[in-house]
This record gives sequence, structure tokens and C-alpha cells, in this order.
Amino acid sequence: MIRVENVSVTYGHGASLVRAARNVSLHIPEGDALGLVGESGSGKSTVMRAVAGLIPHAEGRIFINGQEMPNKRPRETRKIAQMVFQDPYGSLHPNQTVDQTLAAPIAIHGLGNAEQRIITGLTEVGLGREHRFRYPHQLSGGQRQRVAIARALILEPKVLLLDEPTSALDVSVQAEILNLLTRLRRERGLTMLMVSHDLAVIAHICDRIGVMSRGELLEMTTATAMADGAVTHPYSQQLLRANRGFDPSSIDIDA
Amino acid sequence: MTEAPLLSVRNLRVVYPGDDGDFRAVRNVTFNLGRERLGIVGESGSGKSTTGRAIMGLIAKPGRVEADQLRLGDTDLMKLDEKGFRKLRGKRIAMVLQDPKFSLDPVMSVGKQIAETHRQHFGSDAKTARKAALEMLESVHIRDPERVYNQYPHQVSGGMGQRIMIAMMLIAGPDVLIADEPTSALDVSVQSQVLAIMDEMVRSRGMGLILISHNLHLVSTFCDRILVMYAGQIVEICDAGKLNEAQHPYTKGLLAALPELGHRRNELPQLQRDPTWLVDLPAAVGADT
Repeated sequence: MIRVENVSVTYGHGASLVRAARNVSLHIPEGDALGLVGESGSGKSTVMRAVAGLIPHAEGRIFINGQEMPNKRPRETRKIAQMVFQDPYGSLHPNQTVDQTLAAPIAIHGLGNAEQRIITGLTEVGLGREHRFRYPHQLSGGQRQRVAIARALILEPKVLLLDEPTSALDVSVQAEILNLLTRLRRERGLTMLMVSHDLAVIAHICDRIGVMSRGELLEMTTATAMADGAVTHPYSQQLLRANRGFDPSSIDIDA
Repeated sequence: MTEAPLLSVRNLRVVYPGDDGDFRAVRNVTFNLGRERLGIVGESGSGKSTTGRAIMGLIAKPGRVEADQLRLGDTDLMKLDEKGFRKLRGKRIAMVLQDPKFSLDPVMSVGKQIAETHRQHFGSDAKTARKAALEMLESVHIRDPERVYNQYPHQVSGGMGQRIMIAMMLIAGPDVLIADEPTSALDVSVQSQVLAIMDEMVRSRGMGLILISHNLHLVSTFCDRILVMYAGQIVEICDAGKLNEAQHPYTKGLLAALPELGHRRNELPQLQRDPTWLVDLPAAVGADT
């Protein structure tokens, strides 16, 4: 469903050229979920944004649903892959109601039958009719993220791109959103690419996990291997330790 | 506890007046802090940060802090005015906040900021303050204190910024450090370093630490004791190592809702909030500890 071949993303040029992603290749079959982990600046979000078409890639090729994605994406291709961002406080327009937010993609893609689509869209993510004409500030963080997911799903995409979808949320709300994502994936056969720094969250959703550092994809492993501690890269091991909580014995504190 | 507590809180309330009467953001909070690492966990809006701010005297009007007792050693915090608190903050009680980018002055070199704290509290001259600041930077394991001293906040990384904050907060030798989500803005690779430094400092100086966090995992492995807060109240106090034996349905619900590596469930149990959790609890809940 998603195939990324030797993709590099660069910013700037000449002496100030930054290679945010270098020769990244990955493949996600239809219905699968792949997670990317790495510290800030490792390029995980860059790869996701390149797949989403939010930033151009300098080298390599990106295929979604068998179609090669050019840097300037035709409108139809945007329907195939939709994205959910980290902070629902930032990703929803504060002056637009939920209804307006959900109506925009329908209008842009000329889908029609907006009324029915919006109602179904809200029900699917567990929101009621009473939420339809509210503004984002009248919703809780969890409800806002549901709206963001509804907006992504309203175009009936085959691919869902998730950039830290629960890291701005409380634990109990995180569980609700993770359950929602699991259910949607099962019901719609969605293919998912997810970025997170929380290993437990990634392993909950994704079968395969890629570890990134300094723009490179260093290690491709599975949730099961992570759980067994069978990872080789130092950063993967660090992530694993951090996931187990605080352990002073394993820390080099000099900087 | 044989030793007198560093901090003693009895029936603390933080009240904000509203159109529909007073809103109690924190209520019935009672606990003692010794030379230990005490964790406060809870979700957003549970009152954990507000509790920390109330102890620091940082609740802005129209908010009110009320308590039967709020004592730091032999000082009655309820009797202090802003001037009194200003002498106290930094010197005897200090606070590290979530993001060093926002808590450091962006237009002053970090070394000067640390030295300023020293001068403020000890009335020291510039040279002494500088020396003390450099020593402090060294004690938070910064290899090249001279270089970092002259840097500005935007030139340092998040982890380095938090080391600098810790150095600044501890330079006047406070008895109590309140750390409000000190590592939430940091990468996992630096999180544990910052915690380890805080741990080392608190132990070597015999301080009391209050770690406010939403991260149950972290608190249960880092702290000695945990207060669990819900809707402004402490619903449970337990030993950190025994968090998995927690009794309160809220604590249990939170633990169950966490995804676990190597224990994948199709569906995570969602927290079912019970209205009875909101009922006022006797303020004596943490009195005997």
C-alpha cells in the first residue's frame, strides 16, 4: 500500500543544506501498521510528511496504492492518505465549528451528500449530534482528537498517517483514542503509519517498528522483538529502558 | 516518622471564585514531606500542579489558598505576604517547571541568571556569585561550565536547559524542590539523565522532592511514595513500589488503561469515572504519614 524507496528530504541549499531524511526505504502492505520511533530531529516526522505530500522529497520515490506520488500532488491522490496531527489544540481551526471543519474536505473534493457524511463521520468516532455545531474550545482534548480523526476519515482514505496522535492526551483519554484507532483499522482495513516516542503506544498499534536516528532508518524490528528486548541499536535499547521507568544504574549523566 | 517533616500540609484548599459559586481546584489535601521523593500523579485538571503552586505561593488572585496548616519547617506559609514568599522562594523551596525554554530569561546568559539567584539570596559580590554558579553547573554534570555559563537559553538543548534550571534552583540550598513535569518536554534519551541528576542532588543534600507527573511508570520507579490525585483531592497514597497493589478504582483504572509492551490487548480497558469519586474525602487522609 505504501512503498518508500530511497527517499531523501533536504532543507536549504549550498552550505546550509540539511538532509533531514537520508535514503529511507520502507514498505507497508495493505492493512498493516508500521511505527517509526526516534528522538527529536531523527527524521521520523519528515518521512511521514513526505509520504503525506506536505513536503517535497529531493530523491527517491514514494508509491501509495501502486501510484507514484509526484512532489506536486494532484487533488485525487490526497484522498488516499490523510493525516492526524499531534496536538488537537493546534490542528483544528479555532473559529470554525466541527461542522465546518468536516465540511471543508467534502467541498474541496466535491463529494456531495455532506449532511449524511458528517453525521456518519461523527458517529464513527464516537461523537454525537450535539458536538456538531461546537467550536474546538468547547470540546475536551480527547473529543478534539476524535474530530481530527473524523476529518481524516471523511474522505474515506486507505491510509492513515498518525503523528504522535495521543501524546498530548491524558492516559485515560489515550486509551479511548487507541481503542478507536484499533477499531477503525479493523473495520476499514486501514493501512497506518504512526510516529511516536512512546514505545508502548507504538507497540500497541503497530506490528512492525522502524527506529530512526539522524535522518536514517537504522533498524526495522517488530513489536514482539521489542518486548523481548531483542534490539541491537543503542537508541532502541535506550527507548526500551526508558519504557521500563527510571533506572539509575544504566545512565551516563555527563554532558 | 520521627524527624519533623520538612513540609506539612493540612487540609489545603485552592479556591477560584466563579459565577456559580466557588470552584475548589484543590481540596482536603493533607500530607507531610520528609527527606524523601514524593510523587504526585493525576490527569490534567486533577489539581497536582495547583497544589505545587499553592505551596510556592504562586496562586494569582482572584484564586485563594486556604489551609488549616501549611508549614515549611518552622515557617507558617499562610502568614506570608508576597515579600515574605520572595525571600523564601529559591532559598528554602524551589520549583523546576516543564519546559526550560520558557522558564529561563531569553536575553540573559544562563550563567548570569544562576549567579543572580546567588546574589539575591546571599548578597554576594559578582565574583563570588560567578564562582558559585560555575560550581553549580559542574555539580549538575556539565563538562564545560565556563562555556555554558556564557551561553543564552536558545543556544542550549532541552536537557541542558533543564540541568541549568536545576543548578539555578539549588544554588541557594533549598530544603524542598518541587519539580512539575520536569522531563515531559525532553527526549527519552535525556529524560533519565535529568532525573538521575535530580536524584543525586536531592540525596546528597538531604532535600525533600515533590515530583509532579502524569507518567505513572516514571513516578513509580523514581519516587518513594505516591499521592494519586483526582478532581482536586488525594484519593490514594501508596508506596511507589506497591503502585500495582493500589486500591482506589481510579488508580487501578489508570494503570489498566496504559498500553504495555509485550502484553498486547485488543482493547484497552477504558476508565469508567464514578461520580462517588468526587465526594469530599476526610481531610485526614494523609495525616498519619
